[in-house]
Amino acid sequence: MKVTLNVWRQGGPSDSGAFQIYEVDDVSPDMSFLELFDVLNERLITKGEEPVAFDHDCREGICGSCSMMINGRAHGPERGTATCQLHMRKFEDGATITVEPWRAAAFPIIKDLCVDRSAFDRIIESGGYITAPTGTAQEANLTPVPKEVADAAMDAAACIGCGACVAACPNSAAQLFTAAKIEHLNLLPQGQPERWSRVVAMVDEMERFFGSCTNHGECESACPKEISIDFIALMNRDYIRAQFKQRRLTGQKS
Amino acid sequence: MTKVAGELTDAPNVNVPRRKAPFIVTFYRSAVAKKWLMAVSGIILLGYVLAHMVGNLKVFLGKDEINEYADWLRRLGEPAFPREVVLWGMRTVLIAAFVIHIVAAYQLTMINRRARPTQYKSPRDYAAASFASRTMRWTGVIVLLFLIFHLLDLTFGTVNPGYVGGNVYRNLIASFDRVPVAVAYIVANLALGIHIFHGAWSMFQSLGFNNPRYNPWRRTFAIGFAGLITTGNVAIPLLITAGVRP
Repeated sequence: MKVTLNVWRQGGPSDSGAFQIYEVDDVSPDMSFLELFDVLNERLITKGEEPVAFDHDCREGICGSCSMMINGRAHGPERGTATCQLHMRKFEDGATITVEPWRAAAFPIIKDLCVDRSAFDRIIESGGYITAPTGTAQEANLTPVPKEVADAAMDAAACIGCGACVAACPNSAAQLFTAAKIEHLNLLPQGQPERWSRVVAMVDEMERFFGSCTNHGECESACPKEISIDFIALMNRDYIRAQFKQRRLTGQKS
Repeated sequence: MTKVAGELTDAPNVNVPRRKAPFIVTFYRSAVAKKWLMAVSGIILLGYVLAHMVGNLKVFLGKDEINEYADWLRRLGEPAFPREVVLWGMRTVLIAAFVIHIVAAYQLTMINRRARPTQYKSPRDYAAASFASRTMRWTGVIVLLFLIFHLLDLTFGTVNPGYVGGNVYRNLIASFDRVPVAVAYIVANLALGIHIFHGAWSMFQSLGFNNPRYNPWRRTFAIGFAGLITTGNVAIPLLITAGVRP
């Protein structure tokens, strides 16, 4: 097959950038979208041109590195897949495909399609952990977890931190990412000791960088792990409850 | 409250005196809390809009019915409270809800603009966002502008031909005898319906009311509530202008 790529090229963080058109022929329908870019880059290098910079790592949808806005959709038209799991057979022969980087104040462009997603790391650092004694792991059966709770926590923990939720959100809000990272711990018994301090710390940290939720639901539809916006509601509830709970630390001087 | 990587948050900060703001200030600083306040004030406004519609539909029962209802609103709480005191109490809550709802919406919009200073250069393909959710700011502004006109028309009487205080029926008929005004009322109430449709669903998320058992009903509720309010509110200018005079 043959496709026309309309790719965002930007030399560095402070460059203005522009779209550039590339005609790519001899494309196999079984190629992934990233392999299309491998082919394009090989041809660019052969011609002595600068290859397109893009993030990728595992290429099996679990690392969260790939990040492309394809035809106005984060990770492309397929639901529940990352860019690496999108195959060329999903496009028509001769199609024109527009590819852009994630756009958000918190995700500055490094080069071409690569963005700096370390704002996510700041959110995790602020509360995405549990305090557990180091040393030999304790007997697992000491802490019973209902099956439904374990399943819900696992659904939230499926988040790979790719940033598609932020990219898809018209407000560049990181609610889905932050909610998933808070609630996979807050749902489980092991996450209870820091439950209230975690939600306040992580939400406040998130709000330093990202916009606010207007309940469009775009994040859920863009998420390669199809994480539900139900977790955002759980996060909102925990945050408001925490605000009032912490007022009740009776007798403590703040 | 905000933790910064590498900062010792548990140890007393001996260097910079930390300015402690009152709880309500720190609470309001959060966007999640602003959305929560928008949902709470939204519920108050939804309750008001419903009561307003039910009361105004009395116009179809005739002149005496609606004028008596308007007077009853002023008598409310008598004899324990003097005339209009309870009404003004309700108005105070209502004005506060409006102010919170609008100020929070404005501030959140500004935050969201700053969060995406560079727009996507290619057209966005929305997969989930509804027309209602994407036009909240527009429908909100339309409703606000309409509200100002509505108050000048039927509360202060400034733009109402021959306004007579207390004679609700007469003022209503005089206003809707002007076709452009009736059209404006209908357009504004359609905008209000669209606004309510997204708001009545969205508030459950903002408040954190989420339970798989009733989640499907949140949308049904939003459609039903928006439909009810729109039908009732549009019926008044539509039928009065069409010549229905009970």
